[in-house]
Amino acid sequence: MSSIVSIQKLTKTYANGFSALKGVDLEIREGEILALLGPNGAGKTTLISIICGISMPTSGAVLVGGHDVVKEFRKTRALIGLVPQELTTDQFETVWNTVTFSRGVHGAKANPALIEQILKDLTLWDKRDAKLRELSGGMKRRVLIAKALAHEPRILFLDEPTAGVDVELRRGMWAAIGRLRETGVTVILTTHYIEEAEEMADRIGVISGGELLLVEEKRALMQKLGRKQLRLELKEPLESLPPTLAALGLTLADGGRGLVHEYGNGAGEGRIGAVLAAIEAEGLAISDVATRQSSLEDIFVSLVGERP
Amino acid sequence: MNIEAIKAIYFFEMARMKRTLLQSVISPVITTSLYFIVFGTAIGSRINEVGGVSYGAFITPGLIMLTLLSQCIGNASIGIYFPKFTGTIYEILSAPVSMAEIVIGYVGAAATKGLIIGLIILATASLFVDLTIAHPVMMLLFMVLTAVTFSMFGFIIGIWADNFEQLNLVPMLVVPPLTFLGGSFYSIDMLPPFWQAVSHLNPVLYLVSGFRWSFYEISDVNPLISVAMIAVFLSACLGVLAWIFKTGYRLRK
Repeated sequence: MSSIVSIQKLTKTYANGFSALKGVDLEIREGEILALLGPNGAGKTTLISIICGISMPTSGAVLVGGHDVVKEFRKTRALIGLVPQELTTDQFETVWNTVTFSRGVHGAKANPALIEQILKDLTLWDKRDAKLRELSGGMKRRVLIAKALAHEPRILFLDEPTAGVDVELRRGMWAAIGRLRETGVTVILTTHYIEEAEEMADRIGVISGGELLLVEEKRALMQKLGRKQLRLELKEPLESLPPTLAALGLTLADGGRGLVHEYGNGAGEGRIGAVLAAIEAEGLAISDVATRQSSLEDIFVSLVGERP
Repeated sequence: MNIEAIKAIYFFEMARMKRTLLQSVISPVITTSLYFIVFGTAIGSRINEVGGVSYGAFITPGLIMLTLLSQCIGNASIGIYFPKFTGTIYEILSAPVSMAEIVIGYVGAAATKGLIIGLIILATASLFVDLTIAHPVMMLLFMVLTAVTFSMFGFIIGIWADNFEQLNLVPMLVVPPLTFLGGSFYSIDMLPPFWQAVSHLNPVLYLVSGFRWSFYEISDVNPLISVAMIAVFLSACLGVLAWIFKTGYRLRK
């Protein structure tokens, strides 16, 4: 797959001296869903703002569809749709007018049939004549998505699309984004919700302190950094770990009531049989067994937490 | 040139103005009528003629200019300030439009509305006084140039302003005194020489004087100088706008 967005050594230092991006390199592939994870102030929004043309880079380059975002902004911005983080809407406008405006301001000829389709897809059609201030927060969010899609962009940026959106609506939005991907649109979303990235993304990038810590296929990331844990509850607590079990790397937990076997990262899977056999040989009675897989959240916390 | 984008901004702004058209027309019409009643009738009964025209007719061009200036500055400044304030400016900044196209859209809409209201004031004035327009084409030219220039000025104010107080500063505190002291209600011949000289520093004098000349062929300054001065203001605004585009001042970080 070819890169639709290519970011090279991008830095951004604001007028007050704050360095929001410190040399980011990133290739975004056509048609993928890329999730950018990072704590508040990591540089996610700055990165998106530069790609979309709202902020200017301090140094480095961003190419969108092979065009430079500063020099050839007409070509790059026509390819991009942006859903901002804040619910910024023109309160006194109607849904229909604001979405139609978005298409026009991107230089596309009027196409009422397309606007109708977009509003129907986002279940906003009944509200087309409503003023934006009459809408709920979730509806406003969908209006912003409709505005971003009105000029048929090839790349859609969603800056924390589901912040403050209830669970049901969030699932609906994920479904809508999934349908978009089927039409070949590249989707880049930033999020705090690890669940969101885990659910939707093909690849995950982690940003912290203005640096891109890693970009990985979601599965590979889970495999590489994900840990698994086998936990055995004992009927009778142990005072100390028998040497045969200690040799296998087991540890005691819960004041001797639990035995923990850590594996994952591509190591230790083969030893589960040996662990069980050793427990059997020690004559220990087991009351319960549980396995746990670390989530993206754990991975994220360990990655970001490792940094000074 | 992104014509679709200019059209989108222009008609979006015009639609916004349409929603408030009634209040934005009624208020200047009432204000102008009050001026005619107070100045035209009360003062006009004591000043019969200025430069050969009745006092009511004499002040009409100044009143139109006053409305035109404050409408254009007000509309253009709020037009660009409001998206900045609500944050919807993100869309224009991330759209494939150049700054020049943004200005054409916003300034064009503000100037159009200013002109419409200016012409309504003219029609209102004709109910009170007998108007003669000696040079209708020049009159329109003065109106259009003034509307465009001061809509650009308003656009600059809208970009510069960080809060509503700053936004209102110029239309509320600068335009009315300049208009009142710019020969709208009197010919500066009536002033002592010192104040006549001071008045020549007031840009509004040139606008009102040239505009009045297009009605009655009487003026405080040569109408060509008026046209030249408007051209100077227009160039100054274009210069500031060019600088704003280049630096992204208060728009692009």
